[in-house]
Amino acid sequence: MSLITTVSAWIIPCFILIVLLTATYKRIPTYETFVEGGKEGVKLAFSLLPFLVGMLVSIAILQASGAMAAFIHLIEPALTFVGVPPDVLPLALVRPISGTAALGMTADLIETFGPDSFIGRLASTMQGSTDTTLYILTVYFGAVGIKKMRYALKVGLLADLIGIIASIVIVTIVFG
Amino acid sequence: MVNYIWACMAIIGIVYAMFNGTMEDVNKALFESADSAVTLSIGLISVLVFWLGMMKVAEAAGILKFLIRIFRPIIEKLFPDIPRDHPAMGYILSNIVANMFGLGNAATPMGIKAMEQMKVLSGTDTASRSMITFLAINTSGLTLVPTTVIAIRMQYDSVSPTEIVGTTIITSLIATMSALIIDRYYYYKSVRRDNK
Repeated sequence: MSLITTVSAWIIPCFILIVLLTATYKRIPTYETFVEGGKEGVKLAFSLLPFLVGMLVSIAILQASGAMAAFIHLIEPALTFVGVPPDVLPLALVRPISGTAALGMTADLIETFGPDSFIGRLASTMQGSTDTTLYILTVYFGAVGIKKMRYALKVGLLADLIGIIASIVIVTIVFG
Repeated sequence: MVNYIWACMAIIGIVYAMFNGTMEDVNKALFESADSAVTLSIGLISVLVFWLGMMKVAEAAGILKFLIRIFRPIIEKLFPDIPRDHPAMGYILSNIVANMFGLGNAATPMGIKAMEQMKVLSGTDTASRSMITFLAINTSGLTLVPTTVIAIRMQYDSVSPTEIVGTTIITSLIATMSALIIDRYYYYKSVRRDNK
């Protein structure tokens, strides 16, 4: 496993090294090309702003009102019945909606139950193996001005559901 | 659909707050979240500028083309409507590689570039088939190294912070496979509907 962490730390600097070596060898004006590409980044960040403000505000209203917590409380008995610890439910619901909120919840679960507990491992796997569908949709489609997203949201949310179910099943098999 | 979800989240929240007496919290959250969204966008500038700049150099140096050549067989199967040598292929690939190593920050700019190129191909403001497949792969969270989670586990003194790497890989493999199958299902469904 230390190999994987080493690879993770080396991959970006090594990628940059290869890019700059190759580009210099091919006599490409590296710095000027970099600056040219970077300018697009500035424009992009600003064009994303309204999309992010809109989405984050709506999510915040839902959470702050207590409606999200009430919904979770409502379906808690059904979950306990099928053997899912209710404590991970808020995480499962929030994961597709808000990445930072999900990360906060994962940290909270790990702190409360311990990183090596069943819930700690389940929360870790859930957090690591799914992604923030609404954020990705907002950013990617927003950046290029896609207005009709057809079946994209359905696919994303269904994949999240399967990922969450899979994480419960796999963690139960491996660590249960 | 996103219009409904967006409006519904806010409407449900506000109506619920009326009965729950949490209107003050909602009021506060409203402005705080708008504020944090702006901070987030501004915070993205550094990453976007750096990676888009670097990717431009990589593109000029022909590295993206080289990557495409290696992985062409797989990518071609997943994105049949993108021409073989189109730059979109290179960006899609870089995005997927960055995601696998848990480099979310590096993945986003490349994903956006990939979308841009796919929009050039489709030329409309409607999501194309390949765009949705690309999103399906992204949102199902294809991961090899969940870097952030490992960091959190270390912080809370886990005996083995990386023990969840195995379960994460298996889970995200299942999720990504399912996402691709679901994506295909809805695609063929929409094709059938158009033919009627």
